Amino acid sequence: MFTYYLRLAWISIIKHWGLSLVMITAIGLGIGASMTTVTVNYLMSANPIPHKSSQLYNVQLDSWDVNEPYNDDGSPPEQLTYGDGTYLMNAKKAFRQNIQAQANAVIEPEGDDALPFMVTARANSADFFTMFDVPFLYGSGWDASSDDNKQQVVVLNNETNQRVFGGENSVGKNIKIGGNYFKVVGVIDYWDPKPRFYDISTGAFNDSEEIFVPFSMIAEEKIGRSGNTNCWKPSGDGFQAFLNSECVWLQFWVELPNAQAKEEYMSFLGAYVEQQKALGRFERPINNRLNNVMEWLEQQQVVADDAIMMMTMSFMFLLVCLLNTVGLLLAKFIGKAPEIGLRQALGASRRTLFAQYIIESACIGIAGGLLGLVFAWLGLQGIASLYGDMLKGLTGLDSTMIVSAIGLAILTSIFAGLYPTWRACNVQPSQQLKSQ
Amino acid sequence: MQELGLIFRALLRNKVGALLISLQIALTLTIMVNAIFMMQQRSEQMLRPSGLDEANIFYLSNTVFAQDYNQQVYLEDDLALLRQTDGVVDAIQINAIPMSGGGWSMGLQTEAGEGKDSTGVAVYMVDDHAINTMGLELLAGENFSQTDIEWRASSQNNWPAKTIITKAMALALFPDDWQSALGQTAYINQAEPMQITGIVKSLQAPWNGWSGVERSMLVPYKMETTGGRFMIRTEAGRRDELMPIIEKALSESNKGRIIRRVTTMDDTRERSYRAHNAVNKILTSVIAVLTLITGFGIVGLAMFSINRRTKQIGTRRALGATRGQIISFFMIENLMISSFGVLLGVGGAIGLNIWLVSTFSMAPITPGLIIMGVIVLYLVGQVAVLYPARKAAKISPAIATRTA
Repeated sequence: MFTYYLRLAWISIIKHWGLSLVMITAIGLGIGASMTTVTVNYLMSANPIPHKSSQLYNVQLDSWDVNEPYNDDGSPPEQLTYGDGTYLMNAKKAFRQNIQAQANAVIEPEGDDALPFMVTARANSADFFTMFDVPFLYGSGWDASSDDNKQQVVVLNNETNQRVFGGENSVGKNIKIGGNYFKVVGVIDYWDPKPRFYDISTGAFNDSEEIFVPFSMIAEEKIGRSGNTNCWKPSGDGFQAFLNSECVWLQFWVELPNAQAKEEYMSFLGAYVEQQKALGRFERPINNRLNNVMEWLEQQQVVADDAIMMMTMSFMFLLVCLLNTVGLLLAKFIGKAPEIGLRQALGASRRTLFAQYIIESACIGIAGGLLGLVFAWLGLQGIASLYGDMLKGLTGLDSTMIVSAIGLAILTSIFAGLYPTWRACNVQPSQQLKSQ
Repeated sequence: MQELGLIFRALLRNKVGALLISLQIALTLTIMVNAIFMMQQRSEQMLRPSGLDEANIFYLSNTVFAQDYNQQVYLEDDLALLRQTDGVVDAIQINAIPMSGGGWSMGLQTEAGEGKDSTGVAVYMVDDHAINTMGLELLAGENFSQTDIEWRASSQNNWPAKTIITKAMALALFPDDWQSALGQTAYINQAEPMQITGIVKSLQAPWNGWSGVERSMLVPYKMETTGGRFMIRTEAGRRDELMPIIEKALSESNKGRIIRRVTTMDDTRERSYRAHNAVNKILTSVIAVLTLITGFGIVGLAMFSINRRTKQIGTRRALGATRGQIISFFMIENLMISSFGVLLGVGGAIGLNIWLVSTFSMAPITPGLIIMGVIVLYLVGQVAVLYPARKAAKISPAIATRTA
């Protein structure tokens, strides 16, 4: 029976090809628009480190001006001062902890014709690599003693290793960075978490850095800091005064394996702020925060407002397309009343009629869904070309999206077909036959 | 006019179809009005002038890596080289680029002391060539003189004695009369005095999403820095030709640094507003497609209702109804459907706008826009129904005499 209904559906779709085309296009456009915006939102809100995102916490302390909150909503600064960061680092109260800031540097490769070039850098502590599960091609990260002894060590990403060492195992070799020699301890395999959760202060979808050096290199002035700096209190002249200032410019992450560890760390932070209050700092009410990766991304509104607005609008758009399809299917099925009456008179039950027309709706849905995939792909291409590198890596269709697009299209069209089918099944055969 | 009742009663016989069209019109209006509003706001932002002679300006980064780099001597060398190059109008060293998204802000206050109200302002550290290089319009006061320019060591935190501010900044500090700002003292870092010695018409801050984007100040500094920028203004039309020449000349003149990111102001503007542009283009296509779909929906349903009523229409024609009357029947019917849809749509548009205002702190919508949307949708409905209505009018009265 099923194949027979399929054939009937096919005949009916072809017979009213104009109408079918409008319906299929409408569903296709609705699905295409929704899938485009859903994909961008879905990739923006993806979990960049799924297996341990609930154990990694960003630390926030409210060291800001007593006269004015840092954010209008009262939330504390996203970054920490150097003094607070180094204190937390030295206290080592968490299972793992990482102090970090963004930096950049000039690499001078060996060889006379090799030109110096600029790289993005991260100054971080040893736990960075283990906390964030950084995959290594050669060697590994440095250990905590390198941090303590301010050793000039460096981890390169694969690309930089290619560029400077031609891709060979460069562990143990020296590389000149910013005029100083650093020893290579590891080369990272491809690693590019999206969003770049560990530092979203300069853009949540930036690429991960090209080189990684110990955080102490900043205070040693062996590497130049970049990234955002926010100050509320004037500081004195010189770099040391800057380090001692109330400016916030570094990020602090801890790994806490369970709820108890989190509680303990929270009370440790509380005690630290109380102690600082006694010294005249932290004049604002205590506002310490520990947010795990997903909470942090959510709170920092990594998914752009534009993307959410677009998604809302595209769902409304889909609704319009749906209403359109309901209306057209209704018109079409009612137009078939004589045929339905005839079939009923010949013994077709409501159930078989229902099956027949739902199958016809579903066929339109499948066609619309397939067309919708094409539209979604086009839409994503369009978005990619409109935004360029600003949305890099956020415009790919994956299998989850493809399956949900087709699923959504079929569901949508069956839903759209329900009322018209119900009306069609309620045709009075006698009335229809009379007028024939 | 007695026809109205007739049309309305006929309409009630196919409530669901009419309701579906009304809902479509309502949603279309809701989306359309809000989308156009969002586009208008973005376009307004994009139209704001930066204050610069954008078409003829480019800039580049100067990243110093050599250990024995004599900052002061080499900066003077670089500036001399740039300013002497044929085709260059003027050039400066600068710490940040308007619209680029990266820069430095400070607070200025009219009274010294902690806890006093201060106004955020973007800081541009430049020398006495800035007004000429950027192409700014000095409204009051005077440019810096050569003797005003001080050297600023990296991480130095005190400020020079003079500043030139934008008119918007003057107005923010002295709301009664911006001209009165000239010669006044403003305090930076809560207590350090700076005298306002000039006011320029406009110069945007680096952050175009900032509410204070028009508030900037020029500070007479030459910077000792390993990460400096030069801004270069060329004679009209010679920018593209000079960019590689200057990049090469600077790179070769001193090998202790890297010249990179040679960028035009045009590119910076494009990049800065790319998201805005993209959203506007997407919204435009959404509105266009949506209107088309709604239009086709109306056509489709009208065609079917006409097919169903072929006999009735034939009868009416046989009883003396003119073609015009048949056409107007369907047009009026559509007006009724549209009216209901538009009524719902106005509510929907306001509702969506309230949500957008509360969730994304957008501005509330203007009534003029809603009225425009209503008119557009009435027109779309009328145009869409015109073809089916004309087809209906062509139904021959003879149809009525044939029994199907």
